[in-house]
Amino acid sequence: MSVILTAVATLGAIGAGSAGILYLVSQKFKVVEDPRIQEVQDALPAANCGGCGFPGCAAFAAACVSADSLEELSCPVGGQETMDRVAAILGQTASKTTKKIAVVRCSGSCEERPRQNLYDGASKCSIAAALYGGDTGCSFGCLGLGDCVDSCTFDAIHINPVTMLPEVVEDTCTACGACVKACPKDIIELRKQGPKSRRIYVSCVNKDKGGVARKACNVACIGCSKCQQVCPFDAITMENNLAYIIDDKCRLCRKCAPVCPTNSILELNFPPRKETPPAAKEKEVPITA
Amino acid sequence: MLKSFRIGGIHPKENKLSAGMAIQPIAVPEQVVIPLLQHIGAPCQPVVKKGDKVKVGSLIGKSVGFVSAQIHSSVSGTVLKIDKAMDASGYKRDAVFIKVEEDVWEEQIDRSDELVTACSLTPKEILDKIAAAGIVGMGGATFPTHVKLTPPPGMKAELLIINGVECEPYLTSDHQLMMEKSDEILVGITLVMRVLNVQRAIIGIENNKKDAVALFTRKVAAYPGIEVQPLKVQYPQGGEKQLIDALTGRQVPSGALPISVGAVVQNVGTVFAIYEAVQKNKPLVERVVTVTGKEVQRPCNLRARIGTPLTKLIDAAGGLPESTGKVISGGPMMGKALASIDIPVTKGTSGILIVPAPEAKRREMKDCIRCGKCVQVCPMGLNPTLLMTLTEYEVWDRAEKNAITDCIECGSCSYTCPAYRPLLDYIRLGKSKVNGIIRARKN
Ligand code: SF4
Ligand code: SF4
Ligand code: SF4
Ligand code: SF4
Repeated sequence: MSVILTAVATLGAIGAGSAGILYLVSQKFKVVEDPRIQEVQDALPAANCGGCGFPGCAAFAAACVSADSLEELSCPVGGQETMDRVAAILGQTASKTTKKIAVVRCSGSCEERPRQNLYDGASKCSIAAALYGGDTGCSFGCLGLGDCVDSCTFDAIHINPVTMLPEVVEDTCTACGACVKACPKDIIELRKQGPKSRRIYVSCVNKDKGGVARKACNVACIGCSKCQQVCPFDAITMENNLAYIIDDKCRLCRKCAPVCPTNSILELNFPPRKETPPAAKEKEVPITA
Repeated sequence: MLKSFRIGGIHPKENKLSAGMAIQPIAVPEQVVIPLLQHIGAPCQPVVKKGDKVKVGSLIGKSVGFVSAQIHSSVSGTVLKIDKAMDASGYKRDAVFIKVEEDVWEEQIDRSDELVTACSLTPKEILDKIAAAGIVGMGGATFPTHVKLTPPPGMKAELLIINGVECEPYLTSDHQLMMEKSDEILVGITLVMRVLNVQRAIIGIENNKKDAVALFTRKVAAYPGIEVQPLKVQYPQGGEKQLIDALTGRQVPSGALPISVGAVVQNVGTVFAIYEAVQKNKPLVERVVTVTGKEVQRPCNLRARIGTPLTKLIDAAGGLPESTGKVISGGPMMGKALASIDIPVTKGTSGILIVPAPEAKRREMKDCIRCGKCVQVCPMGLNPTLLMTLTEYEVWDRAEKNAITDCIECGSCSYTCPAYRPLLDYIRLGKSKVNGIIRARKN
């Protein structure tokens, strides 16, 4: 009996002693976390995609709480709504963000851009890009091995098996920018989603001279600058034989797309045109070298 | 027992089909395309323009920056244009297109075959001549030679190592050059010894070139300070660090240059080019290229002007065989498969290897079976399978800790792997990422 009693007493004493020490230590080294961090974190989408530039939602929440203003901070996944909620918790105002979307600037499908050789190395764009310009005559275009697809947390970009080009799913893309970083060819860009998802962009990144680009791909921008001349809002720049439409300046007037001799300019989600302007249909393509 | 490096290594089939074939000069083509970047470092600035007349040896590309090498015209004729042209990198880069007219050489170039042994230049003058001639590492690395011969401040070379190993299967250009130009090479070595102010040089030659070993052993007697050392046939015996280890037993520390153990390594082809530049005033305008492959009609060693289209060389070897699956610039281990054969010979083109289709195909990658063979063969003592995984999952800090930047890209791991894993492809990617991170940290 006494054995049991001694055991209980000693163990009890050790237990109580340890509890006391633990209590004191925990008091002394207590980390006071701002309760708002948890609150902000709860308001975030918990995608942990890194699109905000922080390693995960928790880090972004902490950054929001410690920041003086929310101007530079935005969660691409949650968008305006989420940032407004965060702002409400912190008693600040969120800056207005425009919804963006990833855009693949290459239309060189298997048909438009004939393959000239066969790549049979490791199936990764970044590895292929380090080895050579790609299996077509265009050394700027998409390699089609899907580094962008692998990088997407939201399953929003897929390779179309017919064209072998990646396609972005409008509703799922959160514009986190992971694919933009993953693409070794700098083909993907985040652009304004536009009203009713309508947007216009030059779907080409080829900087070769017109003749060379055209020879490699039927839908390459040949740098003729026709689109630039026709644009009433000065939204198109020409650099290194390549046109680029600045989305902040573009007012979606649709004047440029029909004049492009190679159909490099894509218009998405617009209603069909009433009459097809003759320029777009012309078969003879003038080439400026 | 023959000397060799101490860890790893493999022994692929040697297949030296073109061994013993005398070096044949190939006819000057109608047009040459001379890329303005043929070395590691900054591309050259063109100093000619459309319509300019040039002679063989005229400067056409001036180097900008220290790590760069001058580029000279390899033909005489008229500059057609300066435009983008594909090179062995698989990308289009600036190049000078020259239409060939006659074969007029710059006056100061001595074209005779006579051996010139006497040289009264100071080391500095020799070095300047090497730089002016645009010489780069001819083994394929194409690092500017004058930079390599200028040790960083505070370091001093004490030993010159001459790389006559040619451990790549198939290639025989260095071997043939050694057989035909032994005296020129030995004079070249004495010149480099003068530049570096070293008293001792060792020529390392793999023992499958017994004739070259014998020839040099006989000839070095007349050149004080130069020795010959036959080496075990083992790949990558010709890797700088492996060669130093094999010949001297010294190990270059991780991340350091060979000069840190007092050694400078030069390839025999480079030494020959140095001889021609210093004693004959001849800039680097041609080189020896092995054209070979199992189905090639006449495997051969050709002397071609820089800028000659590869197709001309392939034609000289009997044309492209029906069965061709891949054309590789360089050897089978470290060479690079070409996206197109419409590219010119450059300073780094040591060989053209034509691989038949069945052999060219990569086999399907399987899961790693943890056999550890890649670890066993890695001459740098790395763990390739781990490095590949770390690259796949982008764990750059651990990749750096596991010395991914030490990889010499010899390909022994990929060659050995029974699961056909593309180890080197991934490691090369990881290496460039980690190097980028290290550079960014320094700035
Ligand atoms: S867009 Fe870029 S990352 Fe995606 S498949 Fe094409 S090359 Fe690869
Ligand atoms: S019209 Fe078309 S081809 Fe011409 S510059 Fe514009 S996008 Fe390029
Ligand atoms: S390629 Fe790199 S990792 Fe592979 S065996 Fe050679 S040195 Fe080692
Ligand atoms: S050799 Fe291939 S299968 Fe064996 S451990 Fe290395 S990667 Fe794995």
